[in-house]
Amino acid sequence: MTGRIPIVGRMTTSAIAVSGLRKAYKDKVVLDGIDLDVRAGTVFSLLGPNGAGKTTTVNVLTTLMKADGGTVRVAGHDVATEAKAVRAAIGVTGQFAAVDELLTGHENLQLMADLNRAVSGDGKRIVTELLERFDLVESAQKPASTYSGGMRRKLDLAMTLVGHPKIIFLDEPTTGLDPRSRRTMWSIIRALVADGVTIFLTTQYLDEADQLADRIAVLDQGRLVAQGTPDELKRQIPGTHVRLRFTTAAELDAAARVLTDSTRDNEALTLRVPSDGGTKSLRALLDRLDEYSLSAEECSVHTPDLDDVFLALTGHTTEVNAK
Amino acid sequence: MSAQSHSLVMLRRNFKHIARNPTSVFNAVLMPIIIMLMFVYMFGDAFNVGVDYIDYATPGLILLAVCYGLGATATSVNSDMTKGIINRFKVMDVSRGAVLTGHVIASVLTNVVAIAALIGVAFLLGFSPSASLLAWLGVAGMIVLLGFAAGWLTVALGLAAKSPETAGLAAVPLVMLPFFSSAIVPAEKMGPGLRQFAEYQPFTPIIETMRGLLNGVPDTSDAVIAVAWCVGIALVGYLWARSTFKKRA
Repeated sequence: MTGRIPIVGRMTTSAIAVSGLRKAYKDKVVLDGIDLDVRAGTVFSLLGPNGAGKTTTVNVLTTLMKADGGTVRVAGHDVATEAKAVRAAIGVTGQFAAVDELLTGHENLQLMADLNRAVSGDGKRIVTELLERFDLVESAQKPASTYSGGMRRKLDLAMTLVGHPKIIFLDEPTTGLDPRSRRTMWSIIRALVADGVTIFLTTQYLDEADQLADRIAVLDQGRLVAQGTPDELKRQIPGTHVRLRFTTAAELDAAARVLTDSTRDNEALTLRVPSDGGTKSLRALLDRLDEYSLSAEECSVHTPDLDDVFLALTGHTTEVNAK
Repeated sequence: MSAQSHSLVMLRRNFKHIARNPTSVFNAVLMPIIIMLMFVYMFGDAFNVGVDYIDYATPGLILLAVCYGLGATATSVNSDMTKGIINRFKVMDVSRGAVLTGHVIASVLTNVVAIAALIGVAFLLGFSPSASLLAWLGVAGMIVLLGFAAGWLTVALGLAAKSPETAGLAAVPLVMLPFFSSAIVPAEKMGPGLRQFAEYQPFTPIIETMRGLLNGVPDTSDAVIAVAWCVGIALVGYLWARSTFKKRA
């Protein structure tokens, strides 16, 4: 059979390929040898606390800053030598909504359409579509300075989409948003992925990366300390658990004998019991305590957050700092 | 799409800003007129400059009008920088510097409108220049050249400043400088030190050039120095603006 040449190559095309990326401000090293590979059509999340180097990474990848070392290819073009081609392929929504406050929502989008070489003539239709898609029709004629935080972010993202970029960089797109706007933003991002766009997302929130990303890289002090799928990463960190605190060491001993899969902390008089945090497993746990006439002073469900990830992945954070 | 059309899009954006921010128009257009009324009516009789005071002061006030527009330019360039608008343009495939060109052209056009209004009021106050059409063209050329030079310098100040407030303050020396030139009173009437400063600072030859043209006695050496200053300031401003634009992210 001749017609069946496998097209595996297409499937593994890199949208973003970074190797050995280094960047320092004067003598402060911000990025210390970063290697990344983002496949086309996927969501990649760079997870890290403030000051880890997330924004610097985005700035280098989007041609805003020059790297001190390493190579960066975005959409197949080198950011250092083919910046123009990179810019034509990407869209960027920065950490703070960069909308023109004196212009209306409609004018902001029209401005992007007027500046975009790819749009030519289609501007009006694209602007109208984006206003509808982002639920901004009602406020389209009002100046952006009157918009709420969530609306500004939506307008910002809509402006980024005017030129139909193939690769979109989102630098902390939900920081400072209320939970509802956050969910709206998530569903917008999911819709983009469904359209085949590649997304490079930075975030401080583990659940955001977990919700959206195909792959997550954890950035700490300018180095990647872990990389993998959300499931692979979660296997490396403490899972959801219930924490039981007792008043006396004797009670703690008794409970530890009953709950054999728990880990104890003698100083805090706590037991850490693995659990999915659901009502069923909680009831089972409480029933079991009851059965042995044990009662805990305090019971709390603990889901892992960024702090846990960092503790688990970097171990002794302070020692790493003092290099 | 060419660099010119990108600059035009940016210029249109600047016009919308000006239209929606009337205080900047007030500063650029009305302040010079108020200052003119103040000097001509309040102080004019007290200064003995040898000619009718309105004829003496108008060229100086033209220069003052250029400077008064600059604060608004510096502030708006800086707010584009600090609010991330410039970064947005920088990561798009948009002609480099179109946003800055837009600001400079808007600044020059604001100057032209302000000065046209100022000269109109001057005529109402009895301004009677003896300039030929060619001399008027020379004055117009001087104004545009100065506006262009001051515009680039102000854009650079705006890009380099930390916040819109400091950007506005950075333009204040440019607003004060005309007072220490021959704009309001002749330099030879000033005290020692100040007099030398007034004689050698760039605004004096620019004012004297316009004064000569308007009085029908153009002075070539003043004009050469004035043009050289403007070209120099424009070049420094442009290069400074370009390197700050490239570096700051």
